[in-house]
Amino acid sequence: MSHEILDYSTTLGSAHFPNPIFTASGCAANGKELSAFFPLTEIGAVVTKSVMTNPRSGRATPRMAETPSGMLNAIGLQGPGIDTFLREDLPWLVEHGARTVVSIAGESVDEFAALSRKVRNSPGVSALEVNISCPNVENRGLVFACDRASAREVIEGVKRSVGNSLPIIAKLSPDVTDIVAIAQEVVDAGADGLAMINTLLGMVINTETMRPQLANKTGGLSGPAIRPVAVRAIYQVHAALPNIPIVGMGGVLTGNDAFELVLAGASAISVGTATFNDPSAPVRIKNELAELLVARGFTRFSDAVGFAHRAQA
Amino acid sequence: MGAYQHLTLAAPGISERVRPGNFVAISVGDSRSSMLLRRSFAIYQSTSRGPFGGTIEIIVAPHGAGSTWISQRAPHDRLNVVGPLGNAFKIPKDPVRALLVGGGYGSAPLFPLAEILRQKNSRVEMAVGASTAERIFAPVEGKRSVHSLAIATEDGSMGVAGRVTDLFDNSLSNIDIVYACGPMGMLKALTAIGERAGVTVACAVEESMACGVGLCMTCVLPVKDKTGVIKMVRSCVEGPIFDGDAVQWDGIGTIPPGTYGAPR
Repeated sequence: MSHEILDYSTTLGSAHFPNPIFTASGCAANGKELSAFFPLTEIGAVVTKSVMTNPRSGRATPRMAETPSGMLNAIGLQGPGIDTFLREDLPWLVEHGARTVVSIAGESVDEFAALSRKVRNSPGVSALEVNISCPNVENRGLVFACDRASAREVIEGVKRSVGNSLPIIAKLSPDVTDIVAIAQEVVDAGADGLAMINTLLGMVINTETMRPQLANKTGGLSGPAIRPVAVRAIYQVHAALPNIPIVGMGGVLTGNDAFELVLAGASAISVGTATFNDPSAPVRIKNELAELLVARGFTRFSDAVGFAHRAQA
Repeated sequence: MGAYQHLTLAAPGISERVRPGNFVAISVGDSRSSMLLRRSFAIYQSTSRGPFGGTIEIIVAPHGAGSTWISQRAPHDRLNVVGPLGNAFKIPKDPVRALLVGGGYGSAPLFPLAEILRQKNSRVEMAVGASTAERIFAPVEGKRSVHSLAIATEDGSMGVAGRVTDLFDNSLSNIDIVYACGPMGMLKALTAIGERAGVTVACAVEESMACGVGLCMTCVLPVKDKTGVIKMVRSCVEGPIFDGDAVQWDGIGTIPPGTYGAPR
């Protein structure tokens, strides 16, 4: 049907994908669980949960609160550590034919550089997401993406480690005054693409216990509640850097939502919180977006990217 | 019934695969709902055939906006259900003397378990406790599944006045295995009783979940693995049923010292 008359492929730097629908890091674990709902080869790529050098227990519970049209989470990057990830999780994904974007997170420039070196030497990776914007780190001062110099240093370090062997995608935080300035900085430092937006820092207070709902007190807000923020951020950055591919995310629940981010300038769409609501959401959204593109007269997905920036004919 | 709503769902595709202890995750509202997270319910009864094809039954305790919405569905309304999820109670091959302990609507998944244990010629005693009579879930037909059923309420409005642990000999001298489902405090108390008596307590935990399918990492609790290492494990996929003595009950809501990957 619609796929046959639509060139649905997309490109991030040197990486090519048959369609633009990805998972979002932290919302798909490392792929196995989702494969019970659809073949991972159906979607453009699996973006794995941001992995750090060492195994991480993550934070104490409660880690989550439902909010209007969204949720707040503070998982604390629970994970197996890079060595176990590369030995067990990545080969499983490769074996199952999943195109894989590996997401890394570090506490220092050196940790990011070392992690990216390990990923570079592993077969089967399509691209590297550098998560410099996790809001649940111990010290808010460590959110690299909130500071131009820190963001630049991390990406420069990663670029020195991987060179041109893998596209580098910097994941940005919307919790900044000027996201365009940060985007410009990481692109100058060697990022081939941008992933945006990470969650917004939020808080819920339980009015029965009269205390913060999350053990971590604050958490990252995701879901449709933040979609207009994502649309705005993607639109601003695409206007300033039209040649830099953007992996757009933020509250995409339907193909129509994905289309909005594409029109703003996203070359790929990550489906995150929607997957908790509907584990087959990535495939459903892929099909809905394809039908919508065809209905709007597009024969190539890439022609729709940033369409909202064009002057009215 | 009482404080609970009993829902029967036509769910062929789920019903055939249900084992006692499994749960389902149900979404709230329509596709424009502002409540995105699924609510999880232990499966009470299931039948693989009937006038509506396979059905499953759940017991809903309306407390928040989401469970209230689910409890208010009318006949023939449609729900979005994922399942069966999670692990199941392990059933010993040989006949055993089993004690089943339920807190509140936690007794629901114990009735089909009792049925299977009885088919294996096991002796099944059940103890059900709650704060008050309307929070006791012990339907008349469920009594046929067990050899004995004792009830305790904290306010004395039904059965014995007291706690569920007052209903049986805490030395567990005539019991080979305990199966339990209910609040964390009850499971912790039962685990302590089981440890003193040298009897395994299989506990179905209630942790709050966002997805129910292993993606979100919110429903974790500290559990000791076979090598003695404490790990934060997901109650939706590694559970919801754990050996009570592996769960670090006092550490729930914390990262216990020594946990694998704990902050250093």
